[in-house]
Amino acid sequence: MNYHWNWRIFWEPAPDGTGTYLDMLLSGLLVTIEVAICAWIIALAFGSVVGVLRTLPSKTASGIGFAYVEFFRNMPLLVQLFLWFFVLPELLPSAWGLWMKQLHNAPFYTAAIGIGLFMSARVAEQLRAGIGSLPRGQKLAATALGLTTAQTYRYVLLPIAFRIIMPPLTSEFLNTVKNTSVAITISLIELTGAARSMQEFSFQVFEAFTAATLLYLMINVVVVIAMRLIERGLAIPGYISGK
Amino acid sequence: MKHVGIIGLTLAAAFSAGAANAEELTGTLKNIKETGAITIGYRDASIPFSYLDDSQKPIGFAMDICYRIVDAVKAELKLDKLEVKLNPVTSSTRIPLLANGTIDLECGSTTNNADRQKQISFTNTHFLTASRYVSKKSSKINSIDDLKGKSVVSTGGTTNIKQLVEANAARNLGINVITAKDHPEAFLMVETDRAVAYVMDDILLASFVAGSKDPDAYVISTDAFSTPEPYGIMLRKDDPAFKKVVDGATAALYTSGEGQKLYDKWFTQKIPPKGLNLNTPIGAELKHEFAKPSDSPDPASYKAM
Amino acid sequence: MFANFDFDVIRRSLAYLFLDGMTFTLMLTGLAGLGGLVFGTLIALMRLSRFRLMGHIAGLYVDLIRSLPLVLVIFWFYFLVPYVGQWLTGASRPIHVGAFASSLVTFVMFEAAYFSEIMRAGIQSISKGQPAAAQALGLTYSQTMRYVVLPQAFRNMLPVLLTQTIVLFQDTSLVYVVSIPDFLGAASKVAQRDGRLVEMYLFAAVVYFAISSFASFGVRRLQSRIAIVR
Repeated sequence: MNYHWNWRIFWEPAPDGTGTYLDMLLSGLLVTIEVAICAWIIALAFGSVVGVLRTLPSKTASGIGFAYVEFFRNMPLLVQLFLWFFVLPELLPSAWGLWMKQLHNAPFYTAAIGIGLFMSARVAEQLRAGIGSLPRGQKLAATALGLTTAQTYRYVLLPIAFRIIMPPLTSEFLNTVKNTSVAITISLIELTGAARSMQEFSFQVFEAFTAATLLYLMINVVVVIAMRLIERGLAIPGYISGK
Repeated sequence: MKHVGIIGLTLAAAFSAGAANAEELTGTLKNIKETGAITIGYRDASIPFSYLDDSQKPIGFAMDICYRIVDAVKAELKLDKLEVKLNPVTSSTRIPLLANGTIDLECGSTTNNADRQKQISFTNTHFLTASRYVSKKSSKINSIDDLKGKSVVSTGGTTNIKQLVEANAARNLGINVITAKDHPEAFLMVETDRAVAYVMDDILLASFVAGSKDPDAYVISTDAFSTPEPYGIMLRKDDPAFKKVVDGATAALYTSGEGQKLYDKWFTQKIPPKGLNLNTPIGAELKHEFAKPSDSPDPASYKAM
Repeated sequence: MFANFDFDVIRRSLAYLFLDGMTFTLMLTGLAGLGGLVFGTLIALMRLSRFRLMGHIAGLYVDLIRSLPLVLVIFWFYFLVPYVGQWLTGASRPIHVGAFASSLVTFVMFEAAYFSEIMRAGIQSISKGQPAAAQALGLTYSQTMRYVVLPQAFRNMLPVLLTQTIVLFQDTSLVYVVSIPDFLGAASKVAQRDGRLVEMYLFAAVVYFAISSFASFGVRRLQSRIAIVR
């Protein structure tokens, strides 16, 4: 194999003066985690609203929910990021567009919002499935007790539904983490981007990507363990998702 | 009588040269002979070195030089037919794709430096260029220090982005460095005011400005991030037989005066597809190098006569 | 807002976009889908086999691929495949692999992990009576799989498999990161060359949206028609 291995490359200084190549990868890791968390918060917020909309009896609400989900699910994430990053500033009035383009952290905000909205459609679908899997009696009993629709959702349906969908939500969060790598195309230097930069400066292709692979695996393990602890903490004893 | 020795030595040399030809071919030459094809890596927008014309065919100064090299390889291997495969590369994929065998020659605008020579080899230099930046006249960036705190873009995988990043750290400029995937994307960032300046080799900047919608809106800096550095065509390392053929072909091309003719064709005349004329007559350093071809990575070794 | 719209750039580049870009995308989707399905089914069978070691190796592969972002996997295979080819064919140097071949290998390997999970769920959803009856009739393992279990599993999971294929269709746009000319790459090239980002990216978005919506609509219709009422 005609390739010069150099595993000591991680301890050599990176040309951008931030320290070693390992530091470069770790700062990329930090950006990945930050973007993933911001995107996930947006996804949960919007996804919950849309998920609830889709299960409401009103045809318009359900229709709006359907349109929202279809819009975000039928376009590749990459295309959506391009629309947010390249197209939106050009369509706005020029002063706003210019402000958007010259924001120092524009790729970060764009990635967080773009990925967040993309994932919100998936969260909405999961929530719809979760609410749909609840026995019909729950909603009927709540109405019989005199609760309004809002109260029914808040006190009866959503608490159980969220606990039911925690496992699929865990994998959706991991998908969010993986999707942050798409932001490399809008110049966000997250973990994959940092590995690519390291490859470009040092020519050590396989060392860089091996390190990135190991770090993603580590994120996976940490998230899965953390979610399992949260699940156990929130479980309702005696109920289907409890012990 | 004293000439017998010399004649004897010459005959011996000729015989051993013939014997060398009968030896096994190695490396790239062996592969070319076996597959009957050579793969050239080209750029899609490094005007005028290697770029796509209107029918998506790669043309350019470096491409012409490479085709001459292909002719020399064909002659050396005594092949009737040599298929030329073309493979697009970008600044960040050119070195890995050369190392992993996807391409045999990289014909573009690659800077020859000692760092890169640890991974691949270069043949004789075909251009000399310094690293500068382009900005809109309206941004009033008159020196590198004016870039303080602003967003500056460069293309990933280039010596220019490395120089930018190093200068940023050394001079504490607090520049927000944006990495673009390729040259057109980077220039577009300056055009759309996403970045205030684009750092790249000055000849490439000149071609982008000349080809843009409004050339007068831009200015290329006088400040440079480096002294003029050499461009070279890349080939794999540790392949002396192939390098010999390539070096021989390029040296013959430059010293014969054809090199000058090719240079004039691409730099002082109208070039496809839009009929741009870059109006850059050959510099004294490059003229000297054409007379005495060199593949040295050291910019200081390229002096005018 | 839309005053400066230049629809002409879309019209002029239609041939290049569809004949070069979309053909690449569709061919990659089709071939990678088929390859991924075949390979994924094999992996699913490995996971469910009696041999624990095979099951572990297959499981490890699936977990590894599913933890990694597709962008990283694309980079890996783009640079790695020629070396692997050299090792496999015993050549003297890394073999030449074109852009399409490299993407195909990448997507087959990547999608196989996802298809294997779907097929595994499908195989496990077949009642145990089926393979038991097959064994009673004297069919070997491979005959059981080929004639009894896999056809039923495939039919049950068809909507999910098709949905995953639609996801694959959208994911092919990520070859953009190694400058491989698929539909989005082609649109991007035209956009940057002519400075018409807005028109080209909006057009690309509309095309992807149209194709994906149409396909998901088809899958929904299919789902309602082949649903097996138990």
